[in-house]
Amino acid sequence: MSTTFDYLDRLEAEAIHILREVAGQFERPALLFSGGKDSIVLTRLAEKAFRPGRFPFPLVHVDTGHNFPEVLAYRDLLAAQLGEKLIVRKVEDTIKRQRLREPGGKFPSRNPLQTYTLLEVIEEFEFDACIGGARRDEEKARAKERIFSVRDEFGQWDPKRQRPELWNIYNGRIQKGENVRVFPISNWTELDVWRYIQRENIPLPDIYFGHERTCVVLPSGQLLGLSEHLQLDAEDEIVTRQVRFRTVGDSTCTAAVESDAATVEDIIQDLLLAKVSERGATRLDDNISEAGMEDRKRNGYF
Amino acid sequence: MDLLRFITCGSVDDGKSTLIGRLLYDSESVSLDVLAALEKRQASGGVVDLALLTDGLRAEREQGITIDVAYKYFTTPRRKFIITDAPGHVQYTRNMVTGASNADLAIVLVDARQGVIEQTRRHTLIAALLGIRHFVLAVNKMDLVNYDEAVFARIATDYAELTNHFHLPAATAIPLSALQGDNVVKPSQHLPWYTGPSLLEHLESVPGAVETAAAPRFQVQYVIRPQTPELPDYRGYAGQVLSGSYRRGQRVRVLPSGLESEIEAIEVNQQEVETATAPQAVVIRLRDDVDVSRGDALVPAGPEEPTLTRELEATLCWMSEQPLWPGRKLLIQHHSALTKAAVPSILYKVNVQTFGRIHTEQAQLNDIVRVRLKTALPLALDLYQENHATGSFILVDELTGDTLAAGLVEAANSYYFTAPIAPPVAFSI
Repeated sequence: MSTTFDYLDRLEAEAIHILREVAGQFERPALLFSGGKDSIVLTRLAEKAFRPGRFPFPLVHVDTGHNFPEVLAYRDLLAAQLGEKLIVRKVEDTIKRQRLREPGGKFPSRNPLQTYTLLEVIEEFEFDACIGGARRDEEKARAKERIFSVRDEFGQWDPKRQRPELWNIYNGRIQKGENVRVFPISNWTELDVWRYIQRENIPLPDIYFGHERTCVVLPSGQLLGLSEHLQLDAEDEIVTRQVRFRTVGDSTCTAAVESDAATVEDIIQDLLLAKVSERGATRLDDNISEAGMEDRKRNGYF
Repeated sequence: MDLLRFITCGSVDDGKSTLIGRLLYDSESVSLDVLAALEKRQASGGVVDLALLTDGLRAEREQGITIDVAYKYFTTPRRKFIITDAPGHVQYTRNMVTGASNADLAIVLVDARQGVIEQTRRHTLIAALLGIRHFVLAVNKMDLVNYDEAVFARIATDYAELTNHFHLPAATAIPLSALQGDNVVKPSQHLPWYTGPSLLEHLESVPGAVETAAAPRFQVQYVIRPQTPELPDYRGYAGQVLSGSYRRGQRVRVLPSGLESEIEAIEVNQQEVETATAPQAVVIRLRDDVDVSRGDALVPAGPEEPTLTRELEATLCWMSEQPLWPGRKLLIQHHSALTKAAVPSILYKVNVQTFGRIHTEQAQLNDIVRVRLKTALPLALDLYQENHATGSFILVDELTGDTLAAGLVEAANSYYFTAPIAPPVAFSI
């Protein structure tokens, strides 16, 4: 075998190593599964890390109630194919239980409320580690977060209290009440994820590929898929376009991009030409303030 | 396409963030919306401040400093790069050590007007201590010295003296201006006398990481036991090949138990393979039913074995605000092996300007010290300079779980502490 590895081999080996450290160091870990491409890649990496055994953690999905139906169908199918346990907790129930106020506005995002449900499910199952698919190239605050990120009992991230992370040694030792968020694909970029999906031939929900969809045109020019959760006015411009989604979050705050891309190869070509970052293109909620992600992380968000 | 990880080190005003910004910008790795966000913040309008591409957190923006290690990524047709951006302040040695621990190359940045200063020396020695083999001396702000060849030549000579003096690998010196974009990605017409590669060209051609040179090392992270009707007796040892390579049929010894067996199969993604090479993540099955658990090492039996010891000498970078005092009890994490440890004595503190030894009673935050360590269970160790993967460890606070120190194994002879005369090993790199 050649002594130089392709960079995807190195990224894969690093991620598998991290997943196995989670299995070795924690009593009750969980893999947070959103149905998005990053968490789908995590399940493939977990297969490589733990087969022929079972995953040493369940898949946990925080369902905002605003998810794309295609993604929910994909989630259930994947969990069944993997034969792994899937735990679903709904933001809807948290809103009722904690008497939270539903976000209003034309494009109500339940994204901030996900944190409440996430903290509830962590408490319910006493999860000591939660694996997520966040990547450092997504956003400036993420670029500074560790791969093993210790959170206090409120899930808060304190950038000044981060543990130094040396070599490939991951320190997951925590005190009661604390938990660790683990990001095995921290060092992957959006392009790396797509190249891996291509190499591994990983099936994805259809909404990642170009399809015809009825959308609302936002003042910024972005396109938002029409759904029952949007509060539309008479003057809203409704169009039908050939679009795909670059990220899969809430249907109310994840914009579509115009694209004819039918295959993973087409998407990679799209990306190589694209000049707008993933979150910039598609996330309505990050545009609110420049420190948007930093603030949410400090409050327990992924 | 392969991967190169590099760290950038420089003092506060050397223009490090601008350099990284320039690499990202000129290699077309910055997206339009990110640029738009920067322009929005640029109160006076005018050119985009490229340094802002790397300043992430609000506290940093308010104080105009970098407080923590940040990671940036870019890809050229030849390579994927991971940039570790470590802050330059004196008090942030710990971040520099953290960044250097995962780097194949260090870019040491100097201001052409200042030349080699104390911090240059400090950063170079820390990077060398962590075993970095490739150094680039980036002489920045050449525009502010009229692109003068003599200025560059003098700084390059000063730096060569430094590396010679400490027997460090020779550095590649490159003149540039991050602000003007001279010679970072594209060659510059302002530097007609310079015939070498631009910074990016150099980064694209330097050899990447090679873990295969060292002896075979593998540590068990997790034991896979499906216990299903189809696989009732399957026991697979999951882990990463840390260095060297393994093959089917190889005799191996389990450490610390010392039991021997043979590799029955190596699996990658459930497929059996003949050999596995670092840094592959694999599952190893043994022919005999020996007792193996997380943290155990599987190594070739014989002369290539690591040292199994409960006593070692190490260089520590102390990373905690609580000082280290002799006698302190803590945990040592040697990758997936974890055991209690004590520091019976601090031998000396290392002066990171000179590599000289200073007597000390305690180690404070950001100190580099040489210590003796005792561990509750024996560890299978190599010297750091021979094998970064198995010669490195961290020390952990048993109560808070905080990482207290980075450790480099300097001596791991099981007789070291009991031999009649045990001269301290000369400090070298």
